[in-house]
Order: sequence, then C-alpha cells, then structure tokens
Amino acid sequence: MKLTTALTTLMALGLATGAGAEIRLGASLSASGGAAFLGDPEAKTLEMLVEEVNAAGGINGEEIVLTLYDDGGDPNKARTFATRLVEDDEVVAIIGGTTTGTTMSVLSVAEDEGIPFISLAGAIQIIDPVRDYVFKTPHTDRMACEKIFTDMQTRGISKIGMIAGTDGFGASMEAQCKDVAGDHGIEILVAETYAPQDADMTPQLTKIKATEGVQAVLNPGFGQGPAIVTRNYAQIGLDLPLYQSHGVASDGFIELTGVEAAEGVRLPGTALLIADILEDGDAQKPVVMAYKTAYEAKYGEAVSTFGGYAHDAFRLMVDAIARAGSDDPDEIRDALEETRDLVGTTGIYSFSADDHLGLNLSAFRMLEIRDGAWTSID
Amino acid sequence: MTCRRKWIQISIIAAIMLVLPFFFPSGYYYRVGALVFVNALSVVGLVILVGYAGQISLGHAGFAGIGAYACALAPTHLGLHPAVAILLGALISAALALLIGRPILRLKGYYLGVATLGFGILVSMVLSNERALTGGPDGMSVPDLGLRSLLRDMGWRISGGEFWYGLNAVVLLIGIWIALNLYQSATGRAMRALHGSEVAAQTVGIDVPRIKLQAFVISAVYASVAGSLLALQNGFITPEVAGFMHSVEMVTMAVLGGVGSVLGATLGAAILTLLPQVLTVFAEYEQLVLGLIMVLVMIFLPRGLLPSIVAKLRGRGE
Repeated sequence: MKLTTALTTLMALGLATGAGAEIRLGASLSASGGAAFLGDPEAKTLEMLVEEVNAAGGINGEEIVLTLYDDGGDPNKARTFATRLVEDDEVVAIIGGTTTGTTMSVLSVAEDEGIPFISLAGAIQIIDPVRDYVFKTPHTDRMACEKIFTDMQTRGISKIGMIAGTDGFGASMEAQCKDVAGDHGIEILVAETYAPQDADMTPQLTKIKATEGVQAVLNPGFGQGPAIVTRNYAQIGLDLPLYQSHGVASDGFIELTGVEAAEGVRLPGTALLIADILEDGDAQKPVVMAYKTAYEAKYGEAVSTFGGYAHDAFRLMVDAIARAGSDDPDEIRDALEETRDLVGTTGIYSFSADDHLGLNLSAFRMLEIRDGAWTSID
Repeated sequence: MTCRRKWIQISIIAAIMLVLPFFFPSGYYYRVGALVFVNALSVVGLVILVGYAGQISLGHAGFAGIGAYACALAPTHLGLHPAVAILLGALISAALALLIGRPILRLKGYYLGVATLGFGILVSMVLSNERALTGGPDGMSVPDLGLRSLLRDMGWRISGGEFWYGLNAVVLLIGIWIALNLYQSATGRAMRALHGSEVAAQTVGIDVPRIKLQAFVISAVYASVAGSLLALQNGFITPEVAGFMHSVEMVTMAVLGGVGSVLGATLGAAILTLLPQVLTVFAEYEQLVLGLIMVLVMIFLPRGLLPSIVAKLRGRGE
C-alpha cells in the first residue's frame, strides 16, 4: 500500500521527487465515468499546472506533490479517497469534487479534518451555508439565470416561455430561474420540459409558440438537448429571441445546431470561450490566453470551461499557500479567505468570511452567436 | 454443516476483523474496512436469494436505495431518529419485496432477471426525478446517527472510521450468523431443494412460491440495511446507490466469491471493494483488470473463489 502511494505520487508528478521540502496537494476528480467530460480536462489541467509551477521553482522554493485519484463520479469512492488523501497521503489541501454529489461527500471529510477544499461543482448548496474550509470556483445556476434576465430586461422583455431538460443540470437551473424571475420583473407564461435523450422537441415548442404574449424563450439544459431545441426552433419558424444556458457554451454546440439555426442565440459564458476576441485591455485576457495556449499545446485538444474551473482552483490554492508562507492547513484556509482580485479564467475572485464563491455577475459575459462565431455583447 | 462448523466460521471472521486494525498504518484503512463490511452485508443477502434459493435479482440496489433514502428522508421530514429510520427502511423494503415478489417470482431465468432489473431502474428513476423530495441527481445529506457523540459523552473518543468499522463489523457478523442459521433451518433446506429442482421440491410438498418469496424478502432487508448504513456513514447520498451498476456490482461480488457460500460472498465483497483502492495507480485499466479477473474466475473456478479453493484443498472432496 505504501508502495502504491509512492507510485501514485510519482505518476502524478511525472518525475522523481527529491527529499527536499514539499507541499502535498490532493485531488479527487471524476476522470472516468459519466462525468468524465468534466473530470478529464480538470485532471489534465491540474497535472499540467503542477509541472509548470514546479519547473518555475515551486511555491516559495518548495515543490508541489499532487496526489490525484479518479473517483469515477461515485460519491462513495470520493469519500474514501478524501479520507485517504487526508490520513494516508497527508495532504494539506484538496481540490476536486467534479460533481455536486462527489463534492458533498468530500466536503464533510474536509470539514471534519480541517483541510481547505476547493470544489469544482456547480450547486449553490456547496457554499450556502458558508462552511469554514469549503470554497468553490464555478458560478452557480442562479447567477446564470440572473445574467440572462438582466439582459432580457435591457431588451424590454418581460414575458417568456421556458423549455428545460429534466437532467440534473436542466432541472436545477429551471428551479433557480423560476425563483429569481420575479426579482427581475420577468413572468414565465409557459414552462415545458424534455428528457435528456429526446430526439424531437417540436411539440413543446409549438405549444410555446401558441402561447399568447411570449416575448422570448429560455432553455436551461445540457448536452445534445439544447442543440435539438435550437434546430426545432428554427424549423417551426419561431421568431423570438432564444436564450441558452452556460451549459452549452462550447464550439461543439454550434457544430450540432448548424450555423443558420444558431444565428442570434444568446447565452452567458466565461471569458475562456471567447479568449481570441477578448479586448486587449481586458483583465482576464493574459490569464485566459496563457492557459488556453499551454493546454492546447500540451494535449492537442480545445480548452473547456471545466478545465478552467480546475485552473482557477489551483491558482487560488497556490496563491493562498504562497501568501500563508506555510503549509499549515489552517493558515492556508485563512489566506484563501483573504483572497482579493485573483484573476482566473472563470472570473475575478474575491473571497470573504461570508462569500466562499467570490464571483459576481460580471464573471459572466453575455454572448451572441453571429455567423457561427461567438460575439460579446456586454 | 454442523452447528460447530457454523461457530468456527463466525469466529474466524470475527478474529480477522479484530486483528486487522493492528496492521492499519492510518485511519483511512478503517474507512475501507467499513465499506467492505457494508458491501459484504448486502452480498450475504444476495447469497440467500441466489445461492440458497437459486433465484436471480438484478435490481437489489433498488432496496439499498430505499434503505439509504429512508435514513435521509425520515429524519428530515418525519422527525424520526436515524436508527428508527433504518428499521423503517427495512420495513418498507420488506413490504415492497412482498408486494412485487409474488408476481415477479413466477418468472424464471432471464425473465426474472429482467423483471428485477426493471424494479431497480424504477426506484432509481423515482429517486432522481422526485427533486422536491430527494434533491434529484445531486443527492441529499443524511443526518448523523448520533451514536458516536453518545460514546464521546461516555468518555470513549473514537474517530469516524473506527466507529463505522466497529459498528458495521457487528452488523455483518449478525447478518452472517442469521444466514448460516437459515442454511440449516427447515426453510433453508426447502430453499436449497427448490434450487436443485423446482418440480422435485414441489412433489415433496414444499410450497415453492412461498419459499421463493421468503428468500426475496429476506435478501431485500439485507440490502436495505446495508444501504442505510452506507448512507449514514457517508453523511450524503445520491440516487446512484440504487443504480443499475450497483446491482451488477452486488451480483458480481457474490459470483466472484462463490454464490453458494456466505464466507465466499464476504471474500468477494472484500476483493471487489479493495481492488479499486489498490488499482488507483492503474486507474485507466481498472475496468480491464476487473473484467479479466471475472472471466478467469468463471472459466477456472466456476463455483466462485472460496468453494472452488476449498474443494481443491480437500482433493475434490464434498
């Protein structure tokens, strides 16, 4: 078992470590299983960044040793691995929890043992109520809803139809949107749903089309569903503004829908997605470009928002450890909470005692698809 | 199997459970041990159904899901103590097994497999779709059992891992004891008889549907209690506990260790719980290694690890 641990460490690092001082970081990610499309870029990102920081001399001259486990999206395994990270590998901080399920099971270990933990999952319940040792990098569904509704308000839209996926992502965002709609003076006249595997959403869209007074349509969803909605939307000639969620913010979405159907679709996305068209003065531009270039050169595949979450978590952790000047978990935690204006790919983070997400609505960019490409309309 | 042999088997397992912690280099191993015991408990239940009575179930995770969510839901919505929720979960599982068991167990072979599969999928679908109640695919948190803090008040401070290692060990021993007793009882003999030949069992006056139903209900209760313990020790539960993969995992553990043997099932559960932990270095090849082990066992040790090895040791005896 000892040998196993040693091997893992070596593999994660990709090089042999000397006997010098080191900082032990742990991660439990879902690099395989149903959430692999999230966990895989996250794991790759962490491995890449650890190499990068170590090559540049580590943190305050100390090398980072990363122990990375693949929990396959199983909360049970995640919890066991979290215990293993803390008690066996003796890490001083944990990054991970690709999904809300795995995060929630790692979270209780981190809280019990007093180990700072940055989650990469979306749900608001991770940081609300605020827990001493738990932080997270992705923005919440609720913020995506607010961003969309704010944009609708500026366009003078107040009555909308909604069509949501019944998968975890879609259902959660649907509930959050319904919850905040009132605050923005938005009235949801009709709400339809579809199952994640459905191949045709024409009936639901026809019903929305027939509803009197609808000014725009919102589609909280994930995966192929929103692409089908967008295609059907064009097919039945629905001539209202269509809003998608951050769940489809990738180039793959436009490929699925086709350039024509995607024309004019708006959605909230992160700076990473539009790295190439960010203005030169943009605070996030250097960070986003550096990550994008390094990742694409190393792995030969496009960066994703999800890898960006891991990037931000790692940067936050390294920054906190450097400022704490020690690898004591409690001091790292305190330093994390004092993080101010750290520029990441997702947004600019400032934590405080009662905010462990540290992002505001400005982290989202309102994007519109024009001629098959992303344009920022903020 | 004589009464003495039963106690020898139980003593061996108890001794292993007691001695192992002396070799644990860190608290993490208690946690893995606790997981092994929980899985072994549900697999012992499956041995009663599959090994004794010869009926297959591919939906037993459904009962684990009911047990798990009983511990999450009853304390929050009904204000029940988690310990009572374990019993409630077991009761609901038993009642449900009784209700669906009667029509389902008339089916044989693949048909029974598919019907139970359907049941398991239904449960996991309800758990992931009833968002308002269960929190959907994101899962929900489970309240603390409260026993540990009780022990702490009595001046006995133990870590979470140690506590669950101990508690699950005791529950598993009780589960094994009941299963071994059942094996020797009239009901157990009837189960084994209908496993051998349903027609023959019927001609000697065994109420076949009734005995099948008994095996189904008993194994459902095992799965439910195991699910409850899993939920309580994790403090968080997602619908995956009721998922198809979990059902398959249970059957695999039983078949690997030896589906006719309670001790073999425990061994199977231990191996398949430990392997992913040992194989973290080869995480990418984990599925490959697991599959290979299964194929090799099926070809060379068709009765499962333990029974085949015991038979070999005795020089083809038994």
